Amino acid sequence: MVEPILKVEEIHTFIGKHHILQGVSFAVHPGKVTVLLGRNGAGKSTTLRSIMGLLPPSQGTINLKNRPIKGLKPYEISRLGIGFVPEDRGIYNLLTVEENFRVAMLQEDGKTRERMETIFDIFPDLKKFWKAKAGNLSGGQKQMLAIARPLVNQNELLLIDEPSKGLAPIIIDHIIDSIHMLKEYTVIILVEQNFYMASSLGNDFYLFDDGKTVHQGQMEELIQNEELKKKYLGISG
Amino acid sequence: MNLKWKRWFPMLIVFAIFLSPLLGINPKTYITITISGLAMGMLLFLVSSGFSLIFGFLSVLNLAHGALFAWGAYIGFTSFNLINQWTGWGGSNSIFLNFIIFLLALIISGLLVALLGIITERSVIRPVYGSHLFQIFITVGAMIVMEELIRIIWGPNDEVMPVPIKFMGSWDVFDVVVSKYPLIAIVIGFILYLVIFMILRKTKIGTIVRAGVENPEMVQVMGHNIYRYFTGVFAAGSALAAIGGGMWATFVKSIHPAMGGEVIVFALIVAIIGGLGSITGSVVGALLVGLSYNYVAYLIPKAALGITMLLLVIILSIRPTGLFPEGT
Repeated sequence: MVEPILKVEEIHTFIGKHHILQGVSFAVHPGKVTVLLGRNGAGKSTTLRSIMGLLPPSQGTINLKNRPIKGLKPYEISRLGIGFVPEDRGIYNLLTVEENFRVAMLQEDGKTRERMETIFDIFPDLKKFWKAKAGNLSGGQKQMLAIARPLVNQNELLLIDEPSKGLAPIIIDHIIDSIHMLKEYTVIILVEQNFYMASSLGNDFYLFDDGKTVHQGQMEELIQNEELKKKYLGISG
Repeated sequence: MNLKWKRWFPMLIVFAIFLSPLLGINPKTYITITISGLAMGMLLFLVSSGFSLIFGFLSVLNLAHGALFAWGAYIGFTSFNLINQWTGWGGSNSIFLNFIIFLLALIISGLLVALLGIITERSVIRPVYGSHLFQIFITVGAMIVMEELIRIIWGPNDEVMPVPIKFMGSWDVFDVVVSKYPLIAIVIGFILYLVIFMILRKTKIGTIVRAGVENPEMVQVMGHNIYRYFTGVFAAGSALAAIGGGMWATFVKSIHPAMGGEVIVFALIVAIIGGLGSITGSVVGALLVGLSYNYVAYLIPKAALGITMLLLVIILSIRPTGLFPEGT
Protein backbone atom coordinates (compact mmCIF):
# COMPACT_ATOMS: atom_id res chain seq x y z
CA MET A 1 0.00 0.00 0.00
CA VAL A 2 1.35 3.43 -0.96
CA GLU A 3 1.95 5.78 1.98
CA PRO A 4 -0.66 8.55 2.12
CA ILE A 5 0.63 12.05 1.41
CA LEU A 6 -1.82 13.46 3.97
CA LYS A 7 -3.36 11.64 6.90
CA VAL A 8 -6.04 13.24 9.04
CA GLU A 9 -7.01 11.33 12.19
CA GLU A 10 -9.92 12.04 14.51
CA ILE A 11 -9.73 15.83 14.35
CA HIS A 12 -12.11 17.94 16.39
CA THR A 13 -12.52 21.64 15.59
CA PHE A 14 -14.52 24.33 17.34
CA ILE A 15 -15.74 27.63 15.89
CA GLY A 16 -16.42 29.69 18.98
CA LYS A 17 -18.49 27.43 21.22
CA HIS A 18 -19.73 25.29 18.33
CA HIS A 19 -18.21 21.85 18.02
CA ILE A 20 -18.06 21.63 14.21
CA LEU A 21 -15.73 18.72 13.48
CA GLN A 22 -16.39 15.81 15.80
CA GLY A 23 -13.97 13.19 14.59
CA VAL A 24 -12.90 13.54 10.99
CA SER A 25 -10.44 10.98 9.60
CA PHE A 26 -9.24 10.40 6.08
CA ALA A 27 -6.15 9.74 4.02
CA VAL A 28 -5.07 11.18 0.70
CA HIS A 29 -2.92 9.12 -1.62
CA PRO A 30 -0.52 10.33 -4.32
CA GLY A 31 -1.78 10.53 -7.88
CA LYS A 32 -5.43 10.70 -6.86
CA VAL A 33 -8.18 13.23 -6.45
CA THR A 34 -9.87 12.75 -3.09
CA VAL A 35 -13.34 14.24 -2.88
CA LEU A 36 -14.99 15.26 0.38
CA LEU A 37 -18.76 15.10 0.01
CA GLY A 38 -21.70 15.88 2.24
CA ARG A 39 -24.62 18.19 2.77
CA ASN A 40 -24.27 21.87 3.68
CA GLY A 41 -22.82 22.29 7.15
CA ALA A 42 -21.40 18.75 7.29
CA GLY A 43 -17.91 20.12 8.00
CA LYS A 44 -16.14 19.79 4.64
CA SER A 45 -14.90 23.38 4.33
CA THR A 46 -14.02 23.48 8.03
CA THR A 47 -11.88 20.40 7.44
CA LEU A 48 -9.89 22.18 4.72
CA ARG A 49 -9.50 25.25 6.94
CA SER A 50 -8.36 23.02 9.79
CA ILE A 51 -5.71 21.41 7.59
CA MET A 52 -4.48 24.89 6.58
CA GLY A 53 -4.26 26.00 10.23
CA LEU A 54 -6.91 28.70 9.76
CA LEU A 55 -9.17 26.87 12.23
CA PRO A 56 -6.71 24.84 14.30
CA PRO A 57 -8.19 21.56 15.58
CA SER A 58 -8.34 21.04 19.33
CA GLN A 59 -7.79 17.27 19.08
CA GLY A 60 -6.51 14.73 16.61
CA THR A 61 -3.55 14.64 14.26
CA ILE A 62 -2.78 15.87 10.77
CA ASN A 63 0.33 14.49 9.10
CA LEU A 64 1.79 15.64 5.82
CA LYS A 65 4.12 12.90 4.59
CA ASN A 66 4.40 11.61 8.17
CA ARG A 67 5.24 15.06 9.50
CA PRO A 68 2.75 16.48 12.04
CA ILE A 69 1.42 19.85 10.90
CA LYS A 70 -1.28 20.45 13.51
CA GLY A 71 -0.40 23.54 15.52
CA LEU A 72 1.69 25.13 12.78
CA LYS A 73 0.77 28.61 11.52
CA PRO A 74 -1.03 28.86 8.14
CA TYR A 75 2.05 30.35 6.44
CA GLU A 76 4.24 27.52 7.76
CA ILE A 77 1.77 24.92 6.49
CA SER A 78 1.63 26.65 3.12
CA ARG A 79 5.43 26.66 2.90
CA LEU A 80 5.46 22.88 3.43
CA GLY A 81 3.77 22.54 0.04
CA ILE A 82 0.01 22.82 0.53
CA GLY A 83 -1.95 25.19 -1.68
CA PHE A 84 -5.44 26.32 -0.76
CA VAL A 85 -8.30 27.61 -2.93
CA PRO A 86 -11.05 28.81 -0.59
CA GLU A 87 -14.76 28.76 -1.30
CA ASP A 88 -14.83 32.53 -1.95
CA ARG A 89 -11.75 32.12 -4.22
CA GLY A 90 -9.64 34.57 -2.19
CA ILE A 91 -8.76 36.60 -5.27
CA TYR A 92 -7.19 40.03 -4.73
CA ASN A 93 -9.66 41.94 -6.88
CA LEU A 94 -7.75 45.24 -6.76
CA LEU A 95 -4.52 43.63 -7.93
CA THR A 96 -3.78 42.58 -11.49
CA VAL A 97 -3.57 38.91 -12.48
CA GLU A 98 0.22 39.30 -12.58
CA GLU A 99 0.27 40.80 -9.07
CA ASN A 100 -1.95 37.99 -7.77
CA PHE A 101 0.71 35.52 -8.94
CA ARG A 102 3.48 37.73 -7.58
CA VAL A 103 2.00 37.55 -4.08
CA ALA A 104 1.66 33.77 -4.37
CA MET A 105 5.22 33.25 -5.64
CA LEU A 106 7.45 32.29 -2.71
CA GLN A 107 10.65 32.10 -4.73
CA GLU A 108 11.57 32.75 -8.31
CA ASP A 109 13.84 30.45 -10.28
CA GLY A 110 13.99 28.59 -13.58
CA LYS A 111 11.41 26.10 -12.38
CA THR A 112 8.98 28.91 -11.60
CA ARG A 113 9.11 29.95 -15.25
CA GLU A 114 8.44 26.35 -16.31
CA ARG A 115 5.50 26.18 -13.95
CA MET A 116 4.15 29.46 -15.30
CA GLU A 117 4.31 28.05 -18.83
CA THR A 118 2.34 25.00 -17.66
CA ILE A 119 -0.21 27.27 -15.99
CA PHE A 120 -0.62 29.28 -19.20
CA ASP A 121 -1.05 26.04 -21.18
CA ILE A 122 -3.84 24.91 -18.86
CA PHE A 123 -5.40 28.35 -18.35
CA PRO A 124 -4.67 30.40 -21.51
CA ASP A 125 -7.08 33.16 -20.40
CA LEU A 126 -4.75 34.09 -17.57
CA LYS A 127 -2.01 34.95 -20.05
CA LYS A 128 -4.49 36.97 -22.09
CA PHE A 129 -5.59 39.00 -19.05
CA TRP A 130 -2.16 39.12 -17.38
CA LYS A 131 -2.21 42.90 -16.87
CA ALA A 132 -5.95 43.16 -16.15
CA LYS A 133 -7.34 43.77 -12.68
CA ALA A 134 -8.50 40.47 -11.22
CA GLY A 135 -11.76 42.12 -10.14
CA ASN A 136 -12.64 42.67 -13.80
CA LEU A 137 -12.38 38.97 -14.73
CA SER A 138 -15.46 36.81 -15.24
CA GLY A 139 -16.51 34.32 -12.55
CA GLY A 140 -14.93 31.41 -14.43
CA GLN A 141 -11.68 33.28 -15.04
CA LYS A 142 -11.52 34.23 -11.37
CA GLN A 143 -11.91 30.59 -10.42
CA MET A 144 -9.13 29.65 -12.84
CA LEU A 145 -6.89 32.30 -11.31
CA ALA A 146 -7.72 31.01 -7.81
CA ILE A 147 -6.85 27.44 -8.79
CA ALA A 148 -3.74 28.37 -10.79
CA ARG A 149 -2.22 30.76 -8.24
CA PRO A 150 -0.93 28.16 -5.72
CA LEU A 151 0.60 26.14 -8.57
CA VAL A 152 3.24 28.79 -9.11
CA ASN A 153 5.04 27.13 -6.18
CA GLN A 154 6.10 23.48 -5.96
CA ASN A 155 2.94 22.49 -4.06
CA GLU A 156 2.47 18.78 -3.57
CA LEU A 157 -1.09 19.07 -2.36
CA LEU A 158 -3.87 21.37 -3.48
CA LEU A 159 -7.05 21.86 -1.44
CA ILE A 160 -9.92 23.18 -3.56
CA ASP A 161 -13.17 24.23 -1.93
CA GLU A 162 -16.29 24.19 -4.15
CA PRO A 163 -14.78 25.29 -7.46
CA SER A 164 -18.16 24.97 -9.23
CA LYS A 165 -19.92 27.42 -6.92
CA GLY A 166 -21.80 30.10 -8.84
CA LEU A 167 -20.56 28.99 -12.26
CA ALA A 168 -22.55 28.17 -15.42
CA PRO A 169 -22.53 24.49 -16.53
CA ILE A 170 -20.33 25.20 -19.57
CA ILE A 171 -17.73 26.88 -17.36
CA ILE A 172 -17.93 23.98 -14.90
CA ASP A 173 -16.98 21.63 -17.75
CA HIS A 174 -14.01 23.83 -18.54
CA ILE A 175 -12.91 23.82 -14.88
CA ILE A 176 -13.28 20.02 -14.78
CA ASP A 177 -11.00 19.72 -17.84
CA SER A 178 -8.44 22.04 -16.22
CA ILE A 179 -8.43 20.12 -12.93
CA HIS A 180 -8.01 16.86 -14.90
CA MET A 181 -4.84 18.33 -16.38
CA LEU A 182 -3.64 19.48 -12.96
CA LYS A 183 -3.78 15.91 -11.60
CA GLU A 184 -0.50 15.33 -13.37
CA TYR A 185 1.26 17.98 -11.29
CA THR A 186 -0.26 17.83 -7.82
CA VAL A 187 -2.41 15.76 -5.51
CA ILE A 188 -5.87 17.26 -5.07
CA ILE A 189 -8.41 17.30 -2.28
CA LEU A 190 -11.70 18.56 -3.60
CA VAL A 191 -14.70 19.70 -1.59
CA GLU A 192 -17.69 19.76 -3.89
CA GLN A 193 -21.50 19.89 -3.67
CA ASN A 194 -21.93 19.43 -7.41
CA PHE A 195 -22.00 15.66 -7.80
CA TYR A 196 -21.42 15.87 -11.55
CA MET A 197 -18.10 17.61 -10.96
CA ALA A 198 -17.20 15.44 -7.97
CA SER A 199 -17.87 12.22 -9.85
CA SER A 200 -16.06 13.45 -12.97
CA LEU A 201 -12.89 14.21 -11.05
CA GLY A 202 -12.78 12.02 -7.97
CA ASN A 203 -10.89 8.78 -7.46
CA ASP A 204 -11.54 8.36 -3.74
CA PHE A 205 -14.38 9.85 -1.74
CA TYR A 206 -15.23 10.52 1.89
CA LEU A 207 -18.76 11.25 2.99
CA PHE A 208 -19.27 13.77 5.79
CA ASP A 209 -22.26 13.97 8.08
CA ASP A 210 -22.63 16.11 11.21
CA GLY A 211 -18.91 16.85 11.42
CA LYS A 212 -17.81 13.24 11.03
CA THR A 213 -16.53 11.10 8.19
CA VAL A 214 -19.16 8.37 7.87
CA HIS A 215 -18.28 6.54 4.70
CA GLN A 216 -15.37 6.14 2.34
CA GLY A 217 -14.51 4.32 -0.83
CA GLN A 218 -13.80 4.66 -4.51
CA MET A 219 -15.87 7.03 -6.59
CA GLU A 220 -17.18 4.26 -8.87
CA GLU A 221 -18.80 2.62 -5.85
CA LEU A 222 -20.55 5.80 -4.85
CA ILE A 223 -21.79 6.43 -8.38
CA GLN A 224 -23.50 2.99 -8.24
CA ASN A 225 -24.76 3.28 -4.67
CA GLU A 226 -28.13 5.07 -4.83
CA GLU A 227 -28.85 4.56 -1.14
CA LEU A 228 -25.69 6.36 0.00
CA LYS A 229 -26.23 9.21 -2.43
CA LYS A 230 -29.82 9.63 -1.26
CA LYS A 231 -28.99 9.41 2.43
CA TYR A 232 -25.98 11.71 2.58
CA LEU A 233 -26.21 13.88 -0.51
CA GLY A 234 -29.94 14.11 -1.11
CA ILE A 235 -29.52 12.86 -4.68
CA SER A 236 -32.02 10.40 -6.09
CA GLY A 237 -32.32 8.69 -9.47
CA MET B 1 -22.11 56.66 -11.69
CA ASN B 2 -20.18 55.41 -14.71
CA LEU B 3 -16.47 54.54 -14.59
CA LYS B 4 -15.25 57.74 -16.25
CA TRP B 5 -17.17 59.86 -13.76
CA LYS B 6 -15.94 57.76 -10.85
CA ARG B 7 -12.36 58.41 -11.88
CA TRP B 8 -12.77 62.15 -12.30
CA PHE B 9 -15.15 62.86 -9.44
CA PRO B 10 -12.49 63.25 -6.69
CA MET B 11 -10.42 65.53 -8.90
CA LEU B 12 -13.43 67.69 -9.70
CA ILE B 13 -14.13 68.14 -6.00
CA VAL B 14 -10.51 69.16 -5.39
CA PHE B 15 -10.56 71.69 -8.21
CA ALA B 16 -13.94 73.10 -7.20
CA ILE B 17 -12.71 73.66 -3.63
CA PHE B 18 -9.37 74.85 -4.94
CA LEU B 19 -10.90 77.61 -7.07
CA SER B 20 -14.11 78.60 -5.26
CA PRO B 21 -12.51 81.02 -2.73
CA LEU B 22 -11.38 83.21 -5.65
CA LEU B 23 -14.93 84.54 -5.53
CA GLY B 24 -14.32 86.14 -2.15
CA ILE B 25 -10.52 86.52 -1.75
CA ASN B 26 -8.01 88.81 -3.41
CA PRO B 27 -5.98 86.68 -5.89
CA LYS B 28 -2.60 87.47 -4.24
CA THR B 29 -3.88 86.57 -0.79
CA TYR B 30 -5.50 83.51 -2.38
CA ILE B 31 -2.09 82.25 -3.59
CA THR B 32 -0.54 82.76 -0.15
CA ILE B 33 -3.42 80.94 1.57
CA THR B 34 -3.36 78.17 -1.04
CA ILE B 35 0.32 77.48 -0.42
CA SER B 36 -0.37 77.40 3.31
CA GLY B 37 -3.33 75.04 2.71
CA LEU B 38 -1.29 72.74 0.49
CA ALA B 39 1.47 72.64 3.12
CA MET B 40 -1.04 71.83 5.85
CA GLY B 41 -2.51 69.18 3.54
CA MET B 42 0.86 67.55 2.89
CA LEU B 43 1.65 67.52 6.62
CA LEU B 44 -1.74 65.99 7.36
CA PHE B 45 -1.06 63.44 4.64
CA LEU B 46 2.05 62.25 6.49
CA VAL B 47 0.04 61.62 9.65
CA SER B 48 -3.07 60.22 8.03
CA SER B 49 -1.31 57.95 5.51
CA GLY B 50 0.25 55.97 8.37
CA PHE B 51 -3.07 55.86 10.20
CA SER B 52 -4.91 54.80 7.04
CA LEU B 53 -2.36 52.15 6.08
CA ILE B 54 -2.44 50.66 9.59
CA PHE B 55 -6.24 50.54 9.55
CA GLY B 56 -6.38 49.18 6.00
CA PHE B 57 -3.81 46.42 6.51
CA LEU B 58 -4.10 45.52 10.19
CA SER B 59 -7.73 46.58 10.65
CA VAL B 60 -6.52 48.35 13.78
CA LEU B 61 -8.02 51.64 14.85
CA ASN B 62 -4.85 53.08 16.36
CA LEU B 63 -5.90 56.06 18.45
CA ALA B 64 -2.35 56.22 19.84
CA HIS B 65 -1.23 57.41 16.39
CA GLY B 66 -1.44 61.02 17.60
CA ALA B 67 0.88 60.24 20.49
CA LEU B 68 3.40 58.75 18.04
CA PHE B 69 3.10 62.00 16.09
CA ALA B 70 3.89 63.97 19.28
CA TRP B 71 6.83 61.70 20.06
CA GLY B 72 8.10 62.35 16.54
CA ALA B 73 7.92 66.08 17.12
CA TYR B 74 9.74 65.86 20.48
CA ILE B 75 12.46 63.52 19.22
CA GLY B 76 12.88 65.79 16.18
CA PHE B 77 13.15 68.76 18.55
CA THR B 78 15.82 67.08 20.70
CA SER B 79 17.80 65.67 17.78
CA PHE B 80 17.79 69.02 16.00
CA ASN B 81 19.03 70.82 19.12
CA LEU B 82 21.73 68.23 19.84
CA ILE B 83 23.03 68.17 16.26
CA ASN B 84 22.86 71.95 16.13
CA GLN B 85 24.84 72.30 19.36
CA TRP B 86 27.48 70.02 17.90
CA THR B 87 27.60 71.37 14.32
CA GLY B 88 25.78 74.71 14.26
CA TRP B 89 24.20 73.71 10.93
CA GLY B 90 20.75 74.99 11.94
CA GLY B 91 22.07 78.57 12.15
CA SER B 92 24.34 78.25 9.11
CA ASN B 93 23.76 80.46 6.10
CA SER B 94 24.13 77.41 3.86
CA ILE B 95 20.72 76.13 2.79
CA PHE B 96 22.36 72.75 2.13
CA LEU B 97 23.51 72.41 5.76
CA ASN B 98 20.08 73.60 6.89
CA PHE B 99 18.50 70.80 4.87
CA ILE B 100 20.96 68.22 6.19
CA ILE B 101 20.25 69.01 9.86
CA PHE B 102 16.50 69.13 9.20
CA LEU B 103 16.51 65.80 7.36
CA LEU B 104 18.80 64.18 9.97
CA ALA B 105 16.40 65.23 12.74
CA LEU B 106 13.46 63.79 10.76
CA ILE B 107 15.28 60.52 10.01
CA ILE B 108 16.31 60.01 13.67
CA SER B 109 12.78 60.83 14.75
CA GLY B 110 11.30 58.43 12.15
CA LEU B 111 13.62 55.57 13.13
CA LEU B 112 13.14 55.93 16.90
CA VAL B 113 9.36 56.25 16.63
CA ALA B 114 9.29 53.24 14.27
CA LEU B 115 11.02 51.33 17.09
CA LEU B 116 8.42 52.67 19.54
CA GLY B 117 5.76 51.54 17.05
CA ILE B 118 7.22 48.01 16.95
CA ILE B 119 7.16 47.83 20.76
CA THR B 120 3.58 49.17 20.81
CA GLU B 121 2.38 46.71 18.13
CA ARG B 122 3.97 43.70 19.81
CA SER B 123 2.98 44.50 23.38
CA VAL B 124 -0.26 46.47 23.12
CA ILE B 125 -1.91 45.90 19.74
CA ARG B 126 -1.19 42.21 19.03
CA PRO B 127 -3.40 40.85 21.84
CA VAL B 128 -6.41 42.79 20.52
CA TYR B 129 -6.29 42.02 16.79
CA GLY B 130 -9.82 41.49 15.51
CA SER B 131 -11.62 43.44 18.24
CA HIS B 132 -12.18 47.10 17.42
CA LEU B 133 -13.75 47.85 20.80
CA PHE B 134 -10.71 46.60 22.72
CA GLN B 135 -8.44 48.36 20.23
CA ILE B 136 -10.13 51.68 21.05
CA PHE B 137 -9.73 51.11 24.81
CA ILE B 138 -6.15 49.92 24.64
CA THR B 139 -4.89 52.48 22.13
CA VAL B 140 -6.48 55.34 24.09
CA GLY B 141 -4.64 53.92 27.12
CA ALA B 142 -1.40 53.75 25.14
CA MET B 143 -1.94 57.35 23.98
CA ILE B 144 -2.32 58.54 27.59
CA VAL B 145 0.80 56.64 28.70
CA MET B 146 2.85 58.00 25.79
CA GLU B 147 1.69 61.55 26.42
CA GLU B 148 2.54 61.28 30.12
CA LEU B 149 5.96 59.89 29.22
CA ILE B 150 6.53 63.04 27.14
CA ARG B 151 5.64 65.15 30.19
CA ILE B 152 8.09 63.14 32.33
CA ILE B 153 10.96 63.26 29.81
CA TRP B 154 10.57 66.74 28.29
CA GLY B 155 8.36 68.48 30.86
CA PRO B 156 4.75 69.68 30.68
CA ASN B 157 5.38 73.10 29.12
CA ASP B 158 5.28 74.18 25.49
CA GLU B 159 8.67 74.29 23.77
CA VAL B 160 9.73 76.45 20.85
CA MET B 161 10.57 74.25 17.88
CA PRO B 162 13.86 75.28 16.30
CA VAL B 163 13.69 76.09 12.58
CA PRO B 164 16.72 76.13 10.25
CA ILE B 165 17.54 79.74 9.56
CA LYS B 166 17.07 79.55 5.79
CA PHE B 167 13.62 77.98 6.22
CA MET B 168 12.33 81.13 7.92
CA GLY B 169 10.78 84.12 6.21
CA SER B 170 9.27 84.41 2.79
CA TRP B 171 9.92 85.25 -0.82
CA ASP B 172 8.22 88.08 -2.62
CA VAL B 173 7.18 86.77 -6.02
CA PHE B 174 5.40 89.48 -8.08
CA ASP B 175 3.99 91.03 -4.90
CA VAL B 176 2.78 87.67 -3.68
CA VAL B 177 4.09 86.58 -0.28
CA VAL B 178 5.33 83.00 -0.55
CA SER B 179 6.45 81.57 2.81
CA LYS B 180 9.55 79.39 2.51
CA TYR B 181 8.83 76.53 4.89
CA PRO B 182 5.33 75.70 3.60
CA LEU B 183 6.80 75.35 0.11
CA ILE B 184 9.56 73.06 1.46
CA ALA B 185 6.92 71.03 3.33
CA ILE B 186 4.88 70.62 0.13
CA VAL B 187 7.93 69.36 -1.78
CA ILE B 188 9.04 66.94 0.97
CA GLY B 189 5.47 65.70 1.45
CA PHE B 190 5.07 65.10 -2.27
CA ILE B 191 8.41 63.26 -2.51
CA LEU B 192 7.41 61.04 0.43
CA TYR B 193 4.06 60.34 -1.25
CA LEU B 194 5.86 59.27 -4.44
CA VAL B 195 8.25 57.05 -2.46
CA ILE B 196 5.37 55.34 -0.59
CA PHE B 197 3.37 55.01 -3.81
CA MET B 198 6.30 53.44 -5.68
CA ILE B 199 7.04 51.03 -2.81
CA LEU B 200 3.41 49.91 -2.74
CA ARG B 201 3.16 49.66 -6.53
CA LYS B 202 6.52 48.37 -7.65
CA THR B 203 7.98 46.20 -4.90
CA LYS B 204 6.97 42.71 -3.85
CA ILE B 205 6.60 43.82 -0.24
CA GLY B 206 4.29 46.62 -1.40
CA THR B 207 2.22 44.18 -3.45
CA ILE B 208 1.87 41.86 -0.46
CA VAL B 209 0.81 44.80 1.72
CA ARG B 210 -1.83 45.81 -0.85
CA ALA B 211 -3.00 42.20 -1.01
CA GLY B 212 -3.16 42.16 2.79
CA VAL B 213 -5.33 45.28 2.84
CA GLU B 214 -7.82 43.33 0.72
CA ASN B 215 -7.56 39.85 2.23
CA PRO B 216 -5.03 39.26 5.04
CA GLU B 217 -6.08 35.62 5.51
CA MET B 218 -5.10 34.72 1.95
CA VAL B 219 -1.72 36.37 2.41
CA GLN B 220 -1.04 33.90 5.25
CA VAL B 221 -2.31 30.98 3.22
CA MET B 222 0.14 31.95 0.49
CA GLY B 223 3.08 31.41 2.82
CA HIS B 224 3.73 34.90 4.14
CA ASN B 225 4.16 35.55 7.84
CA ILE B 226 1.40 38.11 8.17
CA TYR B 227 2.48 39.14 11.67
CA ARG B 228 5.88 40.20 10.39
CA TYR B 229 4.13 42.37 7.81
CA PHE B 230 1.77 43.72 10.49
CA THR B 231 4.78 44.80 12.54
CA GLY B 232 6.48 46.28 9.47
CA VAL B 233 3.43 48.28 8.41
CA PHE B 234 2.87 49.48 11.97
CA ALA B 235 6.52 50.59 12.17
CA ALA B 236 6.27 52.36 8.79
CA GLY B 237 3.00 54.05 9.82
CA SER B 238 4.60 55.18 13.08
CA ALA B 239 7.64 56.54 11.22
CA LEU B 240 5.33 58.52 8.93
CA ALA B 241 3.53 59.91 11.98
CA ALA B 242 6.91 60.91 13.46
CA ILE B 243 8.08 62.62 10.28
CA GLY B 244 4.71 64.36 10.12
CA GLY B 245 5.13 65.39 13.77
CA GLY B 246 8.60 66.85 13.18
CA MET B 247 7.50 68.72 10.08
CA TRP B 248 4.25 69.93 11.64
CA ALA B 249 6.14 71.24 14.68
CA THR B 250 8.49 73.16 12.36
CA PHE B 251 5.38 74.55 10.61
CA VAL B 252 3.67 75.79 13.79
CA LYS B 253 7.04 76.42 15.54
CA SER B 254 5.98 74.93 18.85
CA ILE B 255 5.43 71.58 20.52
CA HIS B 256 3.44 70.45 23.53
CA PRO B 257 2.64 67.01 24.97
CA ALA B 258 -1.04 66.97 23.88
CA MET B 259 -0.36 68.06 20.28
CA GLY B 260 -1.10 64.57 18.95
CA GLY B 261 -4.67 64.58 20.23
CA GLU B 262 -5.45 67.67 18.15
CA VAL B 263 -4.03 66.25 14.95
CA ILE B 264 -5.52 62.74 15.25
CA VAL B 265 -8.99 64.22 14.61
CA PHE B 266 -7.76 65.63 11.30
CA ALA B 267 -5.94 62.38 10.49
CA LEU B 268 -9.11 60.39 11.09
CA ILE B 269 -11.16 62.70 8.87
CA VAL B 270 -8.53 62.64 6.10
CA ALA B 271 -8.21 58.85 6.19
CA ILE B 272 -11.98 58.36 6.03
CA ILE B 273 -12.45 60.92 3.25
CA GLY B 274 -9.65 59.35 1.20
CA GLY B 275 -10.70 55.73 1.76
CA LEU B 276 -9.09 53.66 4.51
CA GLY B 277 -5.97 51.89 3.27
CA SER B 278 -5.45 54.19 0.27
CA ILE B 279 -2.33 56.34 0.08
CA THR B 280 -3.54 58.37 -2.89
CA GLY B 281 -6.82 58.80 -1.02
CA SER B 282 -4.87 60.15 1.94
CA VAL B 283 -3.13 62.74 -0.26
CA VAL B 284 -6.35 63.90 -1.89
CA GLY B 285 -8.23 63.86 1.43
CA ALA B 286 -5.44 65.76 3.17
CA LEU B 287 -5.26 68.40 0.44
CA LEU B 288 -9.05 68.82 0.58
CA VAL B 289 -8.97 69.28 4.34
CA GLY B 290 -5.87 71.52 4.29
CA LEU B 291 -7.21 73.81 1.58
CA SER B 292 -10.78 74.08 2.83
CA TYR B 293 -9.59 74.67 6.40
CA ASN B 294 -7.29 77.52 5.32
CA TYR B 295 -9.80 79.18 2.99
CA VAL B 296 -12.57 79.08 5.57
CA ALA B 297 -10.18 80.14 8.35
CA TYR B 298 -9.53 83.29 6.29
CA LEU B 299 -13.14 83.96 5.35
CA ILE B 300 -15.04 82.78 8.45
CA PRO B 301 -12.42 81.88 11.10
CA LYS B 302 -14.90 80.31 13.54
CA ALA B 303 -16.16 77.86 10.93
CA ALA B 304 -12.72 76.47 10.04
CA LEU B 305 -12.95 73.19 11.96
CA GLY B 306 -16.62 72.82 11.05
CA ILE B 307 -15.85 72.86 7.33
CA THR B 308 -13.73 69.70 7.61
CA MET B 309 -16.62 67.93 9.33
CA LEU B 310 -19.02 69.19 6.65
CA LEU B 311 -16.62 67.93 3.98
CA LEU B 312 -16.60 64.52 5.65
CA VAL B 313 -20.40 64.39 5.77
CA ILE B 314 -20.78 65.48 2.12
CA ILE B 315 -18.20 63.03 0.76
CA LEU B 316 -19.44 60.11 2.83
CA SER B 317 -23.02 60.75 1.78
CA ILE B 318 -21.93 60.55 -1.88
CA ARG B 319 -19.25 57.89 -1.45
CA PRO B 320 -19.63 55.93 1.79
CA THR B 321 -16.29 54.15 1.29
CA GLY B 322 -14.30 57.34 0.68
CA LEU B 323 -12.86 58.87 -2.47
CA PHE B 324 -10.40 56.08 -3.28
CA PRO B 325 -11.88 52.85 -1.95
CA GLU B 326 -9.97 50.87 -4.57
CA GLY B 327 -6.70 51.13 -2.65
CA THR B 328 -3.16 52.52 -3.12
